[in-house]
Amino acid sequence: MIKMDYKRITLLCGHYGSGKTNIAVNMALDLKAKYDKVLIADLDIVNPYFRTKDSIEDLNAAGIKLIASEYAGSNVDIPALPQEMYSLTDDLSAKAIIDVGGDDRGALALGRLSDKIKLENNYEMLLVINKFRPLTPDAESTIEVMAEIENACKIKITGLVNNSNLGYLTTGEDVLNSVEYANEISRLTNLPVVCTTVNETLYNELNGKIENLFPLKLQKKIN
Amino acid sequence: MVLKMADKVLMKGNEAIAEAAILAGCRHYFGYPITPQTEIAAYMAKRMPKIGGCFLQAESEIAAINMVYGVAATGKRVMTSSSSPGISLKGEGISYLAGADLPSLIVNVQRGGPGLGGIQPSQSDYFQATKGAAHGDFHMLVLAPASVQEMADLTVKGFELADKYRMTAMVLADGTMGQMMEPVSLDYDVKNTVEKPWATTGTNMEREHNIVNSLFLSPEKLEEENFKRYDRYKLIEENETMYEEYMMDDAEICVSAFGIASRVAKNAINEARAMGIKVGLIRPITLWPFPKAPFKKAGEQVKSIISVELSMGQMIEDIRLASECKVPVTLCNRAGGMIPTPEQVLEAIVNANNGGAK
Repeated sequence: MIKMDYKRITLLCGHYGSGKTNIAVNMALDLKAKYDKVLIADLDIVNPYFRTKDSIEDLNAAGIKLIASEYAGSNVDIPALPQEMYSLTDDLSAKAIIDVGGDDRGALALGRLSDKIKLENNYEMLLVINKFRPLTPDAESTIEVMAEIENACKIKITGLVNNSNLGYLTTGEDVLNSVEYANEISRLTNLPVVCTTVNETLYNELNGKIENLFPLKLQKKIN
Repeated sequence: MVLKMADKVLMKGNEAIAEAAILAGCRHYFGYPITPQTEIAAYMAKRMPKIGGCFLQAESEIAAINMVYGVAATGKRVMTSSSSPGISLKGEGISYLAGADLPSLIVNVQRGGPGLGGIQPSQSDYFQATKGAAHGDFHMLVLAPASVQEMADLTVKGFELADKYRMTAMVLADGTMGQMMEPVSLDYDVKNTVEKPWATTGTNMEREHNIVNSLFLSPEKLEEENFKRYDRYKLIEENETMYEEYMMDDAEICVSAFGIASRVAKNAINEARAMGIKVGLIRPITLWPFPKAPFKKAGEQVKSIISVELSMGQMIEDIRLASECKVPVTLCNRAGGMIPTPEQVLEAIVNANNGGAK
């Protein structure tokens, strides 16, 4: 099992549909195994459909505090942010995961926190990438999205999470084939591939073949 | 960016519609954002400038549909998309498109209503799409996808049929279809060869002016146009009806559902089959023209029909008509943005099998 080296704050950003929310919830659960006080914040102002709040039962059961707009998952379709988001930068005793909204539009919401996050300087800003998404099929297009996000949120990305997958059709070979894509982005940006995430059902097949493999328990949308 | 279309990609339904439209030759998109279809506009905003196309966020849905009218009059493939309340706003323009016999593609990613309603998935615009989009005698071709792959396939098909019959095709999806992600392959041999001698492309001083209009000064002429349009509709009913049958061969109970509801229904049917209940599915793919033939046959074959809908029961009326009321047709539904579970549908199947259908 991968040993993640978590900073006090781990931010997950990326193209919409790249898998940020799923990974954020899984990382929060992973963090909770090692640390007592874990927060997860849903700062997504872009997509009102798939939210961290969908995993509230798992998070509650694990004792992880969810910070989300009270409108998340409701019919109130406004880009609201939770007032409790300020505890992310004020409560230095907690480890925090921040699920940022998709693309540059979603990353814009971070601007309110970015100065404090940079001042504390104990964070990791991870870009979630998936080569099977239509607008990020290669290194060039992915780096374009990355630049847009960095520009919007004023925080530099510090690492990559390779979440290349084709949904329920994903094979071990697909994931193996995505390693070169992630490595090329890594070479071009000088950013490390922090981990490669796979559905837990593929973990045994790929364990040992890919460095830093992170198994994901897929989160379901509740309705 | 080069998208190799034969390769599988992981797409949201909304993105699949947008990319398929581009592949079908659509270079004009006009829209106004509304959940749960905004990714269509967002995708078009990113892609159109890169391929010499036009993405324009109009000041309203009404403006957008009239821009569609303008481009359609020139014979170019054009589309707009919205969700339920936005489609209501487009109604006037949809009627004008019909009156002027203009081809266009309109996407409705439905959400719960009526009124502003909610943002969660719904199928409660069935009546609107198939019977009452706006004033006047007219129909739209209505295509109902049940997977992300079909979101793309039926978009391409919609453009082709719209051109062929000079009318509006609507892709009637719902919030689930728009938002869910599935692997798709976008590999099309797109037909874009329909001659459009009526298009307003400039006379080059070599022919009479083409005039695209839905106003007719003589009632006799207007009546004639209506009759001509309905002759065309008859052809469409004969040639373009699409549906899927699943395990209907020996079925004693028939479940009917379209779009996302059909996927829930299939799960329930598989469970019921495992329990030994002979049940099958008819899934209309074209909602207009409605596939009457399989329901007429079902009316003579099964004990009862269950209509599974994300509405208060709209398609059920067409099922009753098509099956000529020969067997009871019951409703299994959720509304207001909620989705029936396979368990709920299974319970309805078990009840029907026990003769519980009223």
